[in-house]
Amino acid sequence: MSGVDLGMPAFPDAARQAVRDAQLRHNLGRATNTIRNKRAAVVDELDDWEQLRASGAAIKAHTLSRLDTYLEQFESAVTAVGGTVHWARDAAEANRIVTDLVRETGETEAVKVKSMATQEIGLNEALASAGISAWETDLAELIVQLDEDRPSHILVPAIHRNRSEIREIFRREMAGSGTPAPTDLTADPVQLAEAARHHLRDKFLRANVAISGANFAVAETGSLVVVESEGNGRMCLTMPEHLISVVGIEKLVPSWRDLEVFLQLLPRSSTGERMNPYTSVWNGVTEGDGPSSFHVVLLDNGRSEALADEIGSQALRCIRCSACLNVCPVYERAGGHAYGSVYPGPIGAVLTPQLYGVESEDTASLPYASTLCGACYDVCPVAIEIPELLVHLRNRTVRERKGWFDRLSSTAMRGLGWVFGDSKRLGRAQRIASLGGRLFGRRGIGRLPWPLSRWTDARDAPAPAPESFRQWWERNRTGNGDER
Amino acid sequence: MRVALFATCLGDTLFPGAVRATLRVLERLGCTVEFPPGQTCCGQMHTNTGYHEQAVPAVRSFVAAFEGYDHVVAPSGSCVGSIRHQHGIVAEHSGDRKLSEAVGRVSPHVHELSEFLVDVLGVTDVGAYFPHRVTYHPTCHSLRMLRVGDKPRRLLSEVRGIRLLELPEAEQCCGFGGTFALKNPDVSVAMGADKTRHVRETGAEVLCASDSSCLMHLGGLLDRQREGIRTMHLAEILAGTEEDR
Amino acid sequence: MKRPSRDAREAVLGSVRSALAGGQRGSTDSIPREYSGKRHVESLPDLFRERVAEYRAEVRTTDSSEAPEAVLGALEAAAARRVVVPEGFPARWSEPVAERHDAFGDSPRLSTAALENADAVLTTCTVGIATTGTMVLDHGPGQGRRALTLLPDTHVCLVAASRIVDDVPAALAELDPTGPMTFISGPSATSDIELERVEGVHGPRNLHVVVVGDV
Repeated sequence: MSGVDLGMPAFPDAARQAVRDAQLRHNLGRATNTIRNKRAAVVDELDDWEQLRASGAAIKAHTLSRLDTYLEQFESAVTAVGGTVHWARDAAEANRIVTDLVRETGETEAVKVKSMATQEIGLNEALASAGISAWETDLAELIVQLDEDRPSHILVPAIHRNRSEIREIFRREMAGSGTPAPTDLTADPVQLAEAARHHLRDKFLRANVAISGANFAVAETGSLVVVESEGNGRMCLTMPEHLISVVGIEKLVPSWRDLEVFLQLLPRSSTGERMNPYTSVWNGVTEGDGPSSFHVVLLDNGRSEALADEIGSQALRCIRCSACLNVCPVYERAGGHAYGSVYPGPIGAVLTPQLYGVESEDTASLPYASTLCGACYDVCPVAIEIPELLVHLRNRTVRERKGWFDRLSSTAMRGLGWVFGDSKRLGRAQRIASLGGRLFGRRGIGRLPWPLSRWTDARDAPAPAPESFRQWWERNRTGNGDER
Repeated sequence: MRVALFATCLGDTLFPGAVRATLRVLERLGCTVEFPPGQTCCGQMHTNTGYHEQAVPAVRSFVAAFEGYDHVVAPSGSCVGSIRHQHGIVAEHSGDRKLSEAVGRVSPHVHELSEFLVDVLGVTDVGAYFPHRVTYHPTCHSLRMLRVGDKPRRLLSEVRGIRLLELPEAEQCCGFGGTFALKNPDVSVAMGADKTRHVRETGAEVLCASDSSCLMHLGGLLDRQREGIRTMHLAEILAGTEEDR
Repeated sequence: MKRPSRDAREAVLGSVRSALAGGQRGSTDSIPREYSGKRHVESLPDLFRERVAEYRAEVRTTDSSEAPEAVLGALEAAAARRVVVPEGFPARWSEPVAERHDAFGDSPRLSTAALENADAVLTTCTVGIATTGTMVLDHGPGQGRRALTLLPDTHVCLVAASRIVDDVPAALAELDPTGPMTFISGPSATSDIELERVEGVHGPRNLHVVVVGDV
């Protein structure tokens, strides 16, 4: 991190690097633009979209308000169909449970379905340190894993890479972990997908353990749902003997019928399709079809704490569609890595500080990584009021943080608040400012001292008017004139 | 019709021309305009930066100044958005029930200029004349907090002599975002640069918007780029008439 | 096997309960369901065909008597020789297949290698969804266990026109959520490279749909 802005937070510095990376900006601009348009087209097809959205929000809000009951109901339902339910307070506990479960099978490798929860807890790294190889099988996750990179988007973790970069990664890295890329591989997406198919095929057929997340967990029936496109999810959920699913406690919905709302909202918001190619539903263990052992790890890891915040807990409704990332002008310029979390973009800016607190500069800077333009709220399929949450979390940041920069900002804001609290004080401040204005004339100001240099480095600043409106009104409309 | 004018702190101090233009349009349309002298600021900068407590005095002074008026008009979608959507939050935060009640009485009467003209006065032709090429940026809070829709554009399209040019990707944020412009200057400027590029592409002489704050950011960029494109508040275009020539 | 920890369970539930204890969460019990329960669709099979085809699946329409021809046509188009025909698949439609192709069932259970070696699989479907162009398999008779429709590179799916419903709500109402299910909308695909859709990754790369009108 840059040492220039002592005490200034992390997002701005990371974003500064990203903004200067022309290739990254091109890749992101192109990709987000494509997906935005696709989403808009399929959402416009449904004349009841707003009603679906209201139902989606209400179902999630209701579930959260009775979460303890639904968790217990889900546990009984899963147990009744031959599954085992584990509970994990935090990442370390979840990792320990999964590691032990894999060890019990005697296997040293596992195939993985793309899962935000397992990324959040750093499961792959935990398994690796226990000598277990976890293979990501989603194409984008594979790209990221081969390149030892970090995901930068919820739906498309390798959105920051273009086709020729991906070709290079495949040619360089595939041989190191299995079937190599063909020597004549081009950057054609069809060929790249084909190379991924070959690379992963024997891993799927050989693997005895699979690890997944879930998009939804149905309390009533104990069903789990994975929504995907490539068939890697089906491979993992069907072929191995042992299946372990790590599921955040907020993924529950009460009943099977509730999925009629989410299976309409999610694909259209996420990939911009009427329906994603494959949705898998399973209930525990089914004799003669799929895994013979099934474990669910219910993950808290900060969620119950977020639940306590009546406004902030809205973020727990999130169904990880990533529509808010795709419309966010800040995400489009800064990219996902700048958020320093597996949850980037607007939803990450409200989720990450709630899961990890605002003690660190990194998380405290996230609620400020937005212009509050509101585009995220408009596309959110469960109507999370992200701008309102951002402001709420900014307030929490102000209340909880006491570093020198925070105190300096606070003093400045208090001073301004004092001025704005009374029209006489404001009038006096304006008269002082207008003196300055007369000095500058009506030309813009090209350079101001820090921290206002952050404005004038790239923008002229307006000089205060030689006469405020208040002064003009007094002079022209009240007959009092200026009391100077 | 008796109307109270809320100048906004930014308009009052830095852009009084936009406020005088608002006054001129309202008076031309027959309104009796008052300027309650106790007014200061909507408190948005404090609220949006997380200083809810420090926004309380501004909210108090706002309701004290504007209580009792049937119509309060401000030339800013952003400030009106904050009044209608955040004053309640700030008041509740303060724990002062009387303040919450006062906010509940006052905020429904507060209108952004284009809303007031179109919805309350029922006019779209305000008798303006402006023979220039203009492109309009529909600022985020007007668009997504107040949902003013195409009201500003309807007003502009009735202006005599105007050539209204379509702004590409108009609904994308300009990157101002209040203190965002200082806390994240690089992203802010990158967004602004894309916006001003689109403005240049239209071939407009004037970039128009309903918020002086966004115009301050975009105008600052355009001035630095020395492209000769001016920024004007919607009120300033609506205020001009043929007699001015 | 290691038993799940009771401590963690009680801790998580306790933490959830104390989070919920403080708040006045308003009434969250009534869920508005004002979205359309039904879509107005002129012809369900027509819309279904159109929407399935948009995923770049091959769609054929036929009636019951000519269904075997359509199935053979699909298998030929995919150059399939070895064809899996799950137990319970209607014999009147599979018999011509058995005559011309190397057709076999899953009883005794096929090895992974044998399945991987099959060129195509032939199944029915439980419900078709017109608005989204989706086929739902509940893996009952005529559909087989999930792996059957996953490893062979071609999936030929027969959809009875009478089993096509308008949209997702009607489909879920028809389904019994006690066993595994697969919703299939087009061949496997990815948009992971520059968000450009490419058909054909791990699941069957060819999807042939035969809509049978008079069943």
